[in-house]
Amino acid sequence: MLENAFNVVMAHPLLLAVIKILIVFAVLSGIVAYLVYMERKVLAFMQARLGPMRVGPWGLLQPIADGLKLLLKEDIIPAGADKFVFLLAPAISVLAAFTVFAVIPFAGNFYISDINIGLLFILGVSSLGIYGIILGGWSSNSHYPLLGALRSSAQLVSYEVAAGMALVGVLLISNSLSMVEIVNRQQQMGVWNVFLQPLAFVIYVIAAVAETNRNPFDLPEAESELTAGFHTEYSGFRFALYFMAEYTNMVLVSCIAVTLFLGGWLRPFSSVHALDFLRWAPPVSLVGAAVFILWLGLQSRVPLERYFFVALALGCVAVGVIISYPLILNAVQGIFWFGVKVLAFLYAFIWYRATFPRYRYDQLMNVGWRWMIPLALANLIVTAVVRYLLSAHTPASPVAWLLR
Amino acid sequence: MEILFYICAAVSVLAALNVVLQRTPVYSALSLILVLCLLAVIYLLLGAEFIAVIQVIVYAGAIMVLFVFVIMLLNAGREVPSERSRLARWLGVPLVIAFLLEVLWAVWNQFPSGTAPAADFDAGPAAIGHLLFRNYVLPFEVTSVLILVAILGAVVLAKKEE
Repeated sequence: MLENAFNVVMAHPLLLAVIKILIVFAVLSGIVAYLVYMERKVLAFMQARLGPMRVGPWGLLQPIADGLKLLLKEDIIPAGADKFVFLLAPAISVLAAFTVFAVIPFAGNFYISDINIGLLFILGVSSLGIYGIILGGWSSNSHYPLLGALRSSAQLVSYEVAAGMALVGVLLISNSLSMVEIVNRQQQMGVWNVFLQPLAFVIYVIAAVAETNRNPFDLPEAESELTAGFHTEYSGFRFALYFMAEYTNMVLVSCIAVTLFLGGWLRPFSSVHALDFLRWAPPVSLVGAAVFILWLGLQSRVPLERYFFVALALGCVAVGVIISYPLILNAVQGIFWFGVKVLAFLYAFIWYRATFPRYRYDQLMNVGWRWMIPLALANLIVTAVVRYLLSAHTPASPVAWLLR
Repeated sequence: MEILFYICAAVSVLAALNVVLQRTPVYSALSLILVLCLLAVIYLLLGAEFIAVIQVIVYAGAIMVLFVFVIMLLNAGREVPSERSRLARWLGVPLVIAFLLEVLWAVWNQFPSGTAPAADFDAGPAAIGHLLFRNYVLPFEVTSVLILVAILGAVVLAKKEE
């Protein structure tokens, strides 16, 4: 029965693609929901608070409660708003954010598609996401959203240039636009791109924070000046869509940075065989998580919560045992390391928010145009020249090349 | 795949008509974006994936963003239909029909079988890069200088007004 179903799926590539898309969409939505929880918790701990604690043990059911609340709230359309565009805009934002995941390789054996223009596809589709913001702000027929949308689009356009040029540096090294090929190339060279392109990495990370409208570049929704920026007039489900788009974009830029600069699904030092014991990291970290959960649960005075945490810890151990089988252990390697790296990135995103004060608007533009873009250009030129000097058709020494 | 072509072609023609007929500038711009994206899909179906993506990045993602931006800044409302001249009223539609027939005739002559043969060249980024930087490097660079001149001209014109 199961084998039969497996064969049917394998025989129809379209069906396989649809199943993969559904898996990615479902997992991603869950991750986005709990990313909000993680953000609130991490921020709270950094500020010596507890964060959400009421809904479920340690507030674990908070995202579900929030989602339900937003679904049930009234969907208000302001008088004088351009109704069609107002309804369309949040959908564009979410659509653009989710579509890009079609070319992200989550593991060497799990990606929706591997096209030879993967990186360009990412740049193209994510540049369409800006329409969600502009149109949302414009159609609200209100001052704060319009100003927020203007700021946001100016910011996105400015930082997209720097980010794009930083990515070209990686391209020059990897010789390919395919995301899978870029990771494979890092495996072949035995070194992650971040060590070959450190400047490009820093520029991309800064631009990524700016493009996702996150602190310290969250001017489009600066509360003290613009209430909530472009989505001030949105409520209920449509507000939730914008919210989802923002957090999906956070996950997205983390995935891109990890794939291009941090070796994607490769484990650290993947070409050093002495470190092969690192393949046991997934089950070991699950057992570690179980111990932590148990420790957390035993502090609770509510019996129901204690049972819940013990069950959760047992579940973690069970999953850890299951993935220890050699076949499954090999299959989860890629996805585990990819997940760990992305999680580290997301944590850094939250960390920035707790650390940096917001930029002023003129400072933002200064940093973008006077520092990031010239630096990205310089990086590009140096990379291209070095790449040419090291390539096969050049004469042995640079001097010979100059005298030619 | 053929059905995909017909859907994209039909919708893009409708959207293109909407660009012209629409009285609200933002709707015109949105329809134009739709047309550009659908054209990109048609390029993809023809196997020209690089052109398809560049189409989206440059036109839909950059130039149209500027268009929408400007429309928003000017806060342009509905267009007021102007008094059309008698000449335009009598000659407009016949001329459009004549032009359309001419284009159809030209295409029909080119491909009497009704289907254009699939191109048999590599349209990947590497092949196009080779063409641009080997065979057509002079026109390519001259075009970029031309665009630079246009930008400088715009800056100069904008400065003069102060």
